[in-house]
Amino acid sequence: MHCLAGIVQPDSGTVRYNGRELSSLPDRERSALRRGEFGFVFQFGQLVPELTCLENVALPLRLSGTGRKAAETPAAEWLERLEVDTVRAKRPGEVSGGQGQRVAVARSLVTRPRVLFADEPTGALDSLNGERVMQLLTDAARDTRAAVVLVTHEARVAAYSDREVVVRDGKARDMAGAA
Amino acid sequence: MSIGHTLLGLLESGPRHGYDLKRAFDERFGHDRPLHYGQVYSTMSRLLKNGLVEVDGIEAGRGPERKRYAITDAGITDVGQWLAQPEKPEPYLQSTLYTKVVLALLTGRNAADLLDTQRAEHLQLMRELTQRKRGDDLADQLICDHALFHLEADLRWLELTAARLDQLSKAVRA
Repeated sequence: MHCLAGIVQPDSGTVRYNGRELSSLPDRERSALRRGEFGFVFQFGQLVPELTCLENVALPLRLSGTGRKAAETPAAEWLERLEVDTVRAKRPGEVSGGQGQRVAVARSLVTRPRVLFADEPTGALDSLNGERVMQLLTDAARDTRAAVVLVTHEARVAAYSDREVVVRDGKARDMAGAA
Repeated sequence: MSIGHTLLGLLESGPRHGYDLKRAFDERFGHDRPLHYGQVYSTMSRLLKNGLVEVDGIEAGRGPERKRYAITDAGITDVGQWLAQPEKPEPYLQSTLYTKVVLALLTGRNAADLLDTQRAEHLQLMRELTQRKRGDDLADQLICDHALFHLEADLRWLELTAARLDQLSKAVRA
């Protein structure tokens, strides 16, 4: 997944995105792509502990130069949409795992990415929270027309996908997708 | 589980008497449910009628049924089709899936493909149930969840078996 997102250079093979080969781009353009067109959700430990949840969600917009108020308005909307607007003033250490993960999903979507990379996004959650996060994440991605690249070892999480690639013994195999 | 296809698959390695077939079946697949002789003979006469096996020889004396059966080309095709066709995903498939994997290994077919085809079939049903769960009916969601957990268990078995194919292949051919 890190190769697909242009974070790590592949040892062999190529990664193409919109007709451009990621490995041939200069670092600066690759990181612009990551900031502007890609979103990321990981298993845990992704929120900045010193910031409130609202500030965390607004952070990607602030980093690309948006003013505080203009960044926090969409951030608040995303928190609401992920059903965690009640924690906006709290810091990550004060919220539950499920709430923290929803805040992280909100942050990954606030820039309206074209591709959302999700690495075991429900790995640290109980079944019910995991399920709700997957539903909210896939609904939001569908509505904003973002593609989701999901890494998981749980079949019930994989069942949210339209197409599956199985990696076994280091070899990728493209399975038949949904009709 | 299809006894006919299983007996056919066992015949692929060479002609056998009905009694040998029963013994081979019980040894590999009949741990808790050995076949009755009657089942073997009725199955073989059906396969004979359908042209999937032929009588390779009859031994004189010693009891009524000493026919030796051999698989026909149509029989080999039939086994191949059965192995390639994924099972309808439902709980308690283990014995059928296990039988298919062992027979694929015994007859030199691709067991990894068989497992992957089945995996795709299972995941497709899981997708449909996951989609159905987005509805408002809580009772229906619970029913879907029950099916999803069972399918997930099967899928984990498929995954683990795929990871152990080399090992299983050696054990089966030993």
